[in-house]
Amino acid sequence: MSAAFDARVRAALGNPLLKIAIDRTTGTARTKRAAAMAAWPEFAEARVLGRDIKDHVIAHLDHYLIEFERNALASGARVHWARTGQEACDIVVKICQDAGARSVTRAKSMLGEEIGLPHALADAGIERVETDLAEHIIQLAGDPPSHIVWPALHKTREQVAALFRAHHTDPGAMETVEQMVASARRVLREKFMAADVGISGANFLVADTGAICTVTNEGNAELTTTPPRVHIVTAGIEKLVPTTSHAMALLRLLVRSATGAELTQYTTFHCGPKQSGDRDGPAEFHIVLVDAGRTKMLDDGLAEMLRCLRCGACLNHCVVYRQIGGHAYGATYPGPMGSVLTPALTNLADSVDLPRACTLNGQCEEVCPVAIPLPTLLRGWRDRSWREGLEPVPLRAGMRLWRFMVQRPALNRIGTNMALLAMRLFARRGWIRSMPLAGGWTAHRDFPAPQGPSFLTQIRSRGKQ
Amino acid sequence: MAQETDHTTRSSPHVGLFVTCLANAMRPSIGFAAITLLEAAGCRVEVPLDQTCCGQPALNSGDRHGAADVARRTIAVLERFDQVVVPSGSCAATIKVHYPELFDDDPVWKARAVALSRRTFELLSYLVDQRGWRPERICLQGNATYHDSCSGLRELGIAAQPRRLLADVEGLALRPLEGETTCCGFGGTFCVKYPSISNAIVAEKAQAIEATGAELLLGGDLGCLMNMAGKLHRNGSAVRVFHAAEILAGMGDGPAIGEVA
Repeated sequence: MSAAFDARVRAALGNPLLKIAIDRTTGTARTKRAAAMAAWPEFAEARVLGRDIKDHVIAHLDHYLIEFERNALASGARVHWARTGQEACDIVVKICQDAGARSVTRAKSMLGEEIGLPHALADAGIERVETDLAEHIIQLAGDPPSHIVWPALHKTREQVAALFRAHHTDPGAMETVEQMVASARRVLREKFMAADVGISGANFLVADTGAICTVTNEGNAELTTTPPRVHIVTAGIEKLVPTTSHAMALLRLLVRSATGAELTQYTTFHCGPKQSGDRDGPAEFHIVLVDAGRTKMLDDGLAEMLRCLRCGACLNHCVVYRQIGGHAYGATYPGPMGSVLTPALTNLADSVDLPRACTLNGQCEEVCPVAIPLPTLLRGWRDRSWREGLEPVPLRAGMRLWRFMVQRPALNRIGTNMALLAMRLFARRGWIRSMPLAGGWTAHRDFPAPQGPSFLTQIRSRGKQ
Repeated sequence: MAQETDHTTRSSPHVGLFVTCLANAMRPSIGFAAITLLEAAGCRVEVPLDQTCCGQPALNSGDRHGAADVARRTIAVLERFDQVVVPSGSCAATIKVHYPELFDDDPVWKARAVALSRRTFELLSYLVDQRGWRPERICLQGNATYHDSCSGLRELGIAAQPRRLLADVEGLALRPLEGETTCCGFGGTFCVKYPSISNAIVAEKAQAIEATGAELLLGGDLGCLMNMAGKLHRNGSAVRVFHAAEILAGMGDGPAIGEVA
């Protein structure tokens, strides 16, 4: 385990409030998702359809990207192409500067986090106002998101109340969630109306209309994208779908998997800038299509990961995420999907703990609405780590010795018997409380002493009788 | 063994028992329970003496060449049997699900791996699905709860079979375990590579087990059972932990994991 990962894990496990916060949100999410799935007998078929839609688009990305661009341009949007996150940030900042923007509102977008857009805006001296309630919370706290659907999941409501009291002008009472939301609404409302540019992500890019789709439960995306003169969309190229009905098929999967609801409160298709006769809408509508490692994932055998809808179900059901939370992963995307994505989007050497720190229990794949074989992809990173020599030397040496032994039954028998003998020396009344080389186990649990001679030894001696 | 099996109406397959390296070393009683159950279900059981490990540690550590080496050896040892039975979901899944994947570039070994995969079964599901066997006159008074080990559950679809078998144990009541399909935090080498995370997971699992009020925890994978038993014991819990096969073989009055005979 790298020292940095170890330190983050320690910090997380040593924070009892974090565990309470994780359990509250992921527990509710699991319960609601389970209820939604129980009430949806066609889930299995819908999942196959969702998987096939995404696989089809990913296999024909070139076709749909060009179709999308053609239709977006026809709607009056401007389309920008970014090979890297840096290029995408540069494009966004340039658009903001050209618009003379001092203040931008932003609707939650994980892609924005991935490409470092908040930093890029800060570096350009542009005020950034996060409008998603949870993003607002973590902006006040100065934290990165800890979950892809609930970025402020690591904060308890008591901590949020304290933050609002400290940061909101005229905060008022903070006893109930309603009072807290009302206070945030007062603060954000002014910002919504004053912003020069609104920046959003996209849940879907619809190729045959050139529209983009956002889903929120707070309506903040609509308030982010409608009043300002300029709306900028940043979206990963894997967000393409052929038509609106394909987006609908995926929405059914996305929303139920994320929150257990049948649909989000707000599902909006944004198509082009304000037209003559429109009562509102941005004068300029920019779409930044971002690759940032996605086409490379196609070459690296990670095409299935490009199906991901960012629903967060794999995080909510992951035993590791549920103990350490999002920040311990040290990456934009935590949990199982993040542990597959992060080595692809950054590099394996710096993130090799992520695919390793997994029990391969398979619950993530089971709940994934587009059937991404997450454990298989995590194994793929382990295989690559082994091939590239990133596994620690003692492990490699131990594995070589083990392999030598298990290929030789007689030697293996002797080795097993010696190990059993050693264990019996450390055992007291059936249990071993500590033993050399077993600290990882016995630091936290007792190790049951072996019953006696090995099974094969007993079978052999029976055969000889 | 108490059961009488009607050999005249059932075929009598030659079954190789792959006991797993962990049960071989730590808990031979699981191997003996498996022999008892398989014989009761009408099988001719043989324990190949040159068996070692299925290779799962290499597979999960990313050492695919090492895993393939071990797999070739295990295939050679086991392929002569009509069927191979394994008292562990994760070791059975390694042979059944992962061995064929190891030989995508090697048609000869791929064919041998697939052939073995088709004839390899986890013990509890084998008894129900392949042999139609039910326990008779097995008694054990008490309350038990059952943990579904993840590989068996998700890679092999084992959930109903152990419960069906345990329901036929007279006097035994099964209590539902909150989060029974949630991993216990064992994860093979995971538990020693990331001990603090593993501990946090198993600590939560131990609480859920205690909350059932059951005196017994049963399961089908020794690794997971040792993990949970070790945590329960460290916590001072009185819950006793057995492999379900031991209970079904009438060994429930013997020592549980960590108890001295």
